[in-house]
Amino acid sequence: MEGLLEKIAYCVEFGKINKNAPYPPDMKDQDGADELTKQAIDQGINADEILKKGLVTGMEKVGIKFRENKVFVPQVLMSAKAMSTAMEHLKPFFQSGDVKRKGTFIIGTVAGDLHDIGKNLVAMMIEGNGWEVIDLGTDVKSEKFIETLRSYTGSYIGLSALLTTTMVNMEKIVKDIKSEKPDIKILIGGAPVNEEFREKIGADFYSPDPQGAVEYLNKLIA
Amino acid sequence: MQRINEKIQAGKILVSDGAWGTYLQQKGLSPGECPELWNIEHYDEVLEIAKSYINAGADMIETNSFGGSRFKLEHYGLERRVFEINKAAAEISRKAAGIEKHVLGSVGPTGKIVMTGNVTPEELYEAFKEQSIALEEGGADAIVVETMSDLEEARQAVKAAKENTGCEVICTMTFERTVDNDYKSMMGVSPSQMVDEIIDHGVEIIGANCGNGIEGMIQIVKEIRKVNRTIPVLIHANAGIPVFKDGATVFPETPEQMAGFVNQLIDAGANIIGGCCGTTPDHIRKVVEIVRAV
Repeated sequence: MEGLLEKIAYCVEFGKINKNAPYPPDMKDQDGADELTKQAIDQGINADEILKKGLVTGMEKVGIKFRENKVFVPQVLMSAKAMSTAMEHLKPFFQSGDVKRKGTFIIGTVAGDLHDIGKNLVAMMIEGNGWEVIDLGTDVKSEKFIETLRSYTGSYIGLSALLTTTMVNMEKIVKDIKSEKPDIKILIGGAPVNEEFREKIGADFYSPDPQGAVEYLNKLIA
Repeated sequence: MQRINEKIQAGKILVSDGAWGTYLQQKGLSPGECPELWNIEHYDEVLEIAKSYINAGADMIETNSFGGSRFKLEHYGLERRVFEINKAAAEISRKAAGIEKHVLGSVGPTGKIVMTGNVTPEELYEAFKEQSIALEEGGADAIVVETMSDLEEARQAVKAAKENTGCEVICTMTFERTVDNDYKSMMGVSPSQMVDEIIDHGVEIIGANCGNGIEGMIQIVKEIRKVNRTIPVLIHANAGIPVFKDGATVFPETPEQMAGFVNQLIDAGANIIGGCCGTTPDHIRKVVEIVRAV
C-alpha cells in the first residue's frame, strides 16, 4: 500500500498526469497520478491518506524545488495538472465529509492588474496542500474580497500583483478589508512586492514563493 | 535607410530608448487603463515620450504597443482594434524618429502559456502576425519581441514577424537571478538556451530586457557571447529593482549609476544599449555620452 501512495507523490512531483501524457518523457507509458489514484481508491486506501501522503507530499516537493530554483514554472504547472487530475477522484470524499479541507483561502490579482500566472501558481500550490481555494481572478476590487469573505467566514486572503503600478492598490485593498474585518490574515506576493512593502501596507505575510504561503497558512491552523 | 545590423557590422555601438510604461504613468495613465489606447486618445502625450528619447540622442525608439496583441487588448474589449492601435503606435514613433532613426515595433508576451493548453502555437502566430504587420504599416523598420520568458512563444513571435514583414527582427527575453547566481527566465530558459533555440527562426538581433538592473546584464551578455560571438546583442535594462517609497514605487538607479556600467556592458559584447522600466530620457542621455566617447 505504501508503494502506491509514494508512486502518486512521485507522479505529482514530476508532473505525470496519466498514462497517455507525454511528459515527463522518461515515464512514457507508465501509469500517472490519474490511474494510480483510482487504483488506490479501488484498493480501499483511505482518501485522506491518498491526499496527504500522495498529493500533498508531491506538491510540497515541487514547491520546495521551485523555491530553490531547481524547477521553473512549466514543471510546477505540470505538477499542478497531475495533482488536480488526481483530486477529481477525491471529490466525492470531500463532499461526503470523509476528507476535510484545512480551511479556505481566497485569492485574487488586485484591481488594475490583469496578470494571473503567479496568482494561479499560488492557488494551485495551496489547493494541492489540502485547502479549498476560491479564485476571484484578476482585476479584483476590495468590495469583491469583502463580499466573498462574508460567504466564507474564517478564511484567509491572498493578494497578487505583477506591476509596480498596481502593487500600490494592494495598500488600499488591505486597508479596506482590515477595516471591515480586522482579524483577517492577508498574504501578499508578486514580482515587485517585498517584506518592507508588506510592513508598510499592513499586510500579515509576504512570501517570494508559493511554498512560503503554504507553510504560513499551515502554521496558522497548527 | 541603413539597417541596424549594417551599422553594427560597421562596428558602431548604438543606443536605444528608455521606459515607456512607467513614463506613461507619469503622464497620467492610471492602473486598469489600456496603455496602447493612448496612441489614439492621447496622441500628443505619446508623441512627447517618443520625441524625448530622440532628443536624448537615441539611435532608435520603440513603439507604445507592448500589450498590443489581440490577447492583451481583449482584456479591454479592444481586440478588434489591433491593426488601428498598433499602426498608430508606429506612426507616432516614426513621426518622432524622422527618416534617419529606427523605429522598433514593440511586441510583448500574450500572458498565455502553450503548455497549459490555453492557447495553441498557431493562435499565437496569428496574433503576432496581425500585430507585426500593423506595426510595419505604421512605419516600424524593426520588430522587437520582448520580455519573453517562454521559448515557444518567443519562437512564434519571431517567426510571425520574420515571415510577414520586411522588418529586422529582434528578440529579447527577461532573465532573473536564481539562488545559484545564474540567470534564468521565469520559464527556466537560460541566456545560452535562448541563443540556441531562437537564432534558427531568423532572428537578427537578440538580447535581454527588464530584469534586475544593468549590472546583472553584464553576466547575461557574457553568457550569450560564450555560445555565439557574432550575433548582435541588444540590452534594455531596468533602472534597478523597484522600491516602495512614500506611497509610490520608485526605480532607484540614477542616470549616472546606469551609465557607469555601460563600458563593461560593451566590453562584454553588447552592441545596442537602452533602458527598460524606470529609465528616463536623462538615463539615455548619459548612456549616449558614454557610448559616443568610446
